[in-house]
Amino acid sequence: MALLEIRNVTRRFGDFAAVDDVSLAIEAGEFFTLLGPSGCGKTTLLRMIAGFDLPDGGAIVLDGKDLAGDPPERRPVRTVFQSYALFPHMTVAGNVAFPLKMAKVGGAETDRQVWAALEGVQLAGKADRYPHELSGGQKQRVAIARALVTKPRVLLLDEPLAALDAKLREQLQLELINLQKDVGITFVYVTHDQTEALALSHRIAVMNHGRVEQLDEPSRIYGFPRTRFVADFIGHCNLFDGVVAASAPSGGGSLVDLDVAGLGRIRTLTQASVPAGSKGSVAVRPEKVRISSSVTQGADDNHCAGHIRDFLYMGDVTMYVVEATGGQRVEALLANSEAGRTKFFEAGDAVEAAWRFDAGHFIPG
Amino acid sequence: MRWKPRGGSMPGTSSPAEGAGVSASGARHPSWQARDRGTGRWLVSGPPLAYLLVFFAIPALIMVVASFTPPGEYGGLAPLFEDGKANLTLEAYERLAGDPIYWEVFAKSVVYAGITTLCCLVLAYPLAMLVARSPRKYRDLLMLLVILPFWSNFLIRVYAWMIILGPQSALSRAVNAVVEPLGFEPVSLLFSSFAVLVGLVYVHLPFMVLPLYANLEKHDPALLDAAQDLGANAWQRFWRVTFPLSLPGVWAGAALVFIPALGIFAIPDILGGTEDTLIGNLIKQQFLETRDWPFGSVLSIVLTAIALALAGLAAWVSRPRRTA
Repeated sequence: MALLEIRNVTRRFGDFAAVDDVSLAIEAGEFFTLLGPSGCGKTTLLRMIAGFDLPDGGAIVLDGKDLAGDPPERRPVRTVFQSYALFPHMTVAGNVAFPLKMAKVGGAETDRQVWAALEGVQLAGKADRYPHELSGGQKQRVAIARALVTKPRVLLLDEPLAALDAKLREQLQLELINLQKDVGITFVYVTHDQTEALALSHRIAVMNHGRVEQLDEPSRIYGFPRTRFVADFIGHCNLFDGVVAASAPSGGGSLVDLDVAGLGRIRTLTQASVPAGSKGSVAVRPEKVRISSSVTQGADDNHCAGHIRDFLYMGDVTMYVVEATGGQRVEALLANSEAGRTKFFEAGDAVEAAWRFDAGHFIPG
Repeated sequence: MRWKPRGGSMPGTSSPAEGAGVSASGARHPSWQARDRGTGRWLVSGPPLAYLLVFFAIPALIMVVASFTPPGEYGGLAPLFEDGKANLTLEAYERLAGDPIYWEVFAKSVVYAGITTLCCLVLAYPLAMLVARSPRKYRDLLMLLVILPFWSNFLIRVYAWMIILGPQSALSRAVNAVVEPLGFEPVSLLFSSFAVLVGLVYVHLPFMVLPLYANLEKHDPALLDAAQDLGANAWQRFWRVTFPLSLPGVWAGAALVFIPALGIFAIPDILGGTEDTLIGNLIKQQFLETRDWPFGSVLSIVLTAIALALAGLAAWVSRPRRTA
């Protein structure tokens, strides 16, 4: 049985359903992420797990026990707040000792556990400092130590890295992964940052308009987005809308030929069977698209001729926008890793864009 | 990682001319601004400084001098210079030091002001908290209600208490209707220490509410969420988070109530009985009735010294410390 179960939870504000009939099962020891744009309901769901908000329908069950009657202070759940919410009148050690005092843990035991928790986040040397004397990253680590010191069943993290700069964020992401592995506590992490979600999580629930659009491992969320929203929200994605011309069973799914306006016939894969004549899109990640100045197509390739319309140089990679002869635009991401080269093409160059049929992915609708 | 395609040249190759233009128009103030800043500052802050100097610092100095001067024959002060030498004496100080009755009045005033401050704190705290945690759109209105009494005259408000506490008032009758059947003497609410304290608390309450509200309103609500999340119940959240964070407001309010309450004379004059003479009344007597200005000055100076000493003590007690 799952550690934390969200069963058909709904939360309405007036006519607006912030969380709309969401069901999730989060396993013990899992790093689980709720990912979505602002207003998608992820924070509302987190606050309901913490107990700051109550569902209008459904149940939140931890260890087989419905949490409905428990106020936040009695739930074995801790939250790391986006604003850190450190007590400014207490030292680092005082902040970390706070939940132990509330739990009436004895003095010597408190000292020992505070020390261990601060060691765990490499802040033992800062025990006597006040929060205003710490950097943003240090404050975040104190907040995590304070939330973990009483060994909760679940740790909720509400965009904990959003206020930090990119370099520090990356470093703390690595620390979070290792910390979660060490303590073995279930993390439920809320973020709108898809790279963060992909980097940290065991599983991701992508939310939109109060519903879960897709629940999967990061590589599957990225590689096989189930809806247009997921494809578009996670990273960059070429989405070619078209009509299914032919569909043949292949392995567990189907091989689909799609007529796309301005591009021609595109072959792609799908898990489910798709009837001919139905509408859908092909999702192709830009890094899966190759472009070359000569025709180098293989048998398994989709390809189109066109010219470079725009490009965006980003240092390690360059994003090219290829305009096909039919008018459809195709984005391609090329690594600038070849020695002695800064880029491969100029705007206006005639090129051929190609990708393997199994690099794409069919999204119905 | 969101991006919009852009045409044209490689990024990062903006022309040198462009770069130079930025630094030329950048952060240098025109010279007139720097030159006139000092003059402007004195023009703005000069009048209030002069005002304080003329109407506070100089009178305080005059009072210090007066305290060392013998009283004049018909009240006021004796001339400062007589027969070519300074006419100074410690008489007034000796009189204060020699008579414990004055020290009792000082002590009583401190006690009254202290009780007033405590009552104001206990009454004002929940009120300030209520306002600070009300929806933002109601807060200004609620604070307006708190300061609304200031719109009517101070003395009128105190006289109103004479009616409320008077022997014919509903309140007095209600109290005596309870007390008398129990076999006690009928009580008089007016002209008593009780009446003085009620008046003191009533008049000073807004001065406690305002700084407390200003402090509580700034508290980050996330701190209370965090405390609750970490296992603190409602009382622990108040006692360990809200109250310690509000201490600057508590001290500010205490100073705003205690210091005026210490020297006030109108309320004991109007609402107090004969034994409710506070130091303010005594000082007023020296200047207006006994016309002993030197002794009045001495009492004023000692009152100021006591207020300063207590404020210093409070500052010392509330000094920032490294505590867990």
